[in-house]
Amino acid sequence: MLAEKYPDEIKKIMAKYPPEQKRSAVMPLLYLAQRQDGYVTKGAMEDIAAMLDITSTDVAEIVGFYTLYHDKPAGKYRMQVCTDLPCALSGADQFMEKLCANLGIQVGETTADGLITLEAVTCLAGCDRAPMFQIQSNDGLEYHENMTVDKTMELVAAFKEANQGVK
Amino acid sequence: MDHLLLRHRDIPDIARLDVYQQNGGIEGWKKAVTTMKPQDVTDLVKASGLRGRGGAGFPTGVKWSFIPNTIWPHYVVANADESEPGTFKDREIMEFNPLQFLEGVAIACYAVGANAGYVYLRGEFWPVAAILDEKIAEMEQAGFLGEKLFGTEYSLRIHTHLGAGAYICGEETALLESIEGKRGQPRIRPPFPAIYGLYGKPTVVNNVETLTNLPLIVEKGAAWYKSLGTADSAGVKIFSLSGHVKKPGNYELPFGTTYRELIYHYGGGVTEDRPVKAIMSAGASSAMIVADAKALDTPMDYASVRTLGADLGSASVIIINDSVDVDWVINKTIHFFKHESCGKCTPCRDGTYWMQHLIERIERGEDVEANTRLLRTVAKQIQNKCLCPLGEFSTMAVTTAIERFPADFTPSTIGGTHG
Repeated sequence: MLAEKYPDEIKKIMAKYPPEQKRSAVMPLLYLAQRQDGYVTKGAMEDIAAMLDITSTDVAEIVGFYTLYHDKPAGKYRMQVCTDLPCALSGADQFMEKLCANLGIQVGETTADGLITLEAVTCLAGCDRAPMFQIQSNDGLEYHENMTVDKTMELVAAFKEANQGVK
Repeated sequence: MDHLLLRHRDIPDIARLDVYQQNGGIEGWKKAVTTMKPQDVTDLVKASGLRGRGGAGFPTGVKWSFIPNTIWPHYVVANADESEPGTFKDREIMEFNPLQFLEGVAIACYAVGANAGYVYLRGEFWPVAAILDEKIAEMEQAGFLGEKLFGTEYSLRIHTHLGAGAYICGEETALLESIEGKRGQPRIRPPFPAIYGLYGKPTVVNNVETLTNLPLIVEKGAAWYKSLGTADSAGVKIFSLSGHVKKPGNYELPFGTTYRELIYHYGGGVTEDRPVKAIMSAGASSAMIVADAKALDTPMDYASVRTLGADLGSASVIIINDSVDVDWVINKTIHFFKHESCGKCTPCRDGTYWMQHLIERIERGEDVEANTRLLRTVAKQIQNKCLCPLGEFSTMAVTTAIERFPADFTPSTIGGTHG
């Protein structure tokens, strides 16, 4: 249960909004739910719905609308590469192609070890430091900018090392 | 001249409260609360000529004056959703000069009588939100936010709220829906947020850069601010420069700087020293400007950019050199808007879908001339038919690319080089 696991965080979130507007807490609570499994489970949606006096369909609708919420498991690290116009003018498409070749997967796929899911995303406000991507994981989001394929593969190797023996 | 908004470039530790205060920080906030009536602050900002920096360019003080004193409470929401491809200025302000921004939020709250302010950040700015949360806590501890400020009866709390990946939430009514815990879809207007905003209450929504100007305007006065910039565009502006330039980045410059100066002086020139082919003056939602001598020598202010059949917008300037065919450019922008359309209005939802199919046909070389004509027709049918500007934005590059760069939509040029 979310409420038992993160009582302090939930209290802090709820305090941000007027007491009669607790539905506003749905987005921060979804981030909290995602922290555990990397995606929002059906059970977590029901938990959140109960906390906010809305239906789990209301919650599912939010998960479906916003791209940073996920209702299915994926790799531990979602590598989200911006391929929008300004980045593409700086070689983001070619960067992505080489990443696919190096990782041995296509966009949207996950590496066999379950660590990296490669995704193409829209603008991340890092247009002057392309190619760039963000890593979404249970711990939050992290930008990696002015990237090369070599630097990216070093990062991937570091992820692998950090997850040795972890299932 | 020293930076007014990107002050961390002159004073690296300006994000520290003590350093910020040593450099005049919080003075404007204190002055407003202790010596001015809310109406005086609004009048001052009106007189300064400050206009919204998020894209629409609406006069900030005038926007505030629409807030009625018959309905309470009032809210201020800072729009930190910054999602336009080519825009990355608000992020730099919040990461490195967060206190000046938060002081600006506070001043706006005081001016419209709000006791709560929300900063709505795009979800990807998760680490930025953490910085702001820390700075808000420091300001509370120092007595600059919280109850009975500076010995007066005025109280104020500021909260951050993270979005979760939706360009549409930069549109102010979609943003308000999102804070309310709903899908970010625009509302029908009127009523405007000034009357029916967050939780149905009078609300001001201002962009991060707009708000960051306020401490200096309160401290140094309207006349000083107006003396910067041009007749119709007071003050300074941060230009986000990206694409085919040697030194992409944010440049804080007076309004009226020309594109040529931005590209060649500040941006270090064009990648591979090629000629500039096209300029997008306001990100992916911009019309495409043919980069001839007249365009390059045009001053960047609200009125002058309009003479080029484009808008200054949020001043996210994307430079495209002659290695690129513009059909490829609009393929990119169409995919973006197709992905980001919220689905509420049929012309935008279905229009972007069909534009995507048509540009893909064109890129495959299928009946290029007929499909280009059809693409333009579909784009024209989206215009003026949607609740929010996203539909309109999705067509700007498309129609202007076809009209102004016809040579790129002939069977022989399709499938050319890019990037």
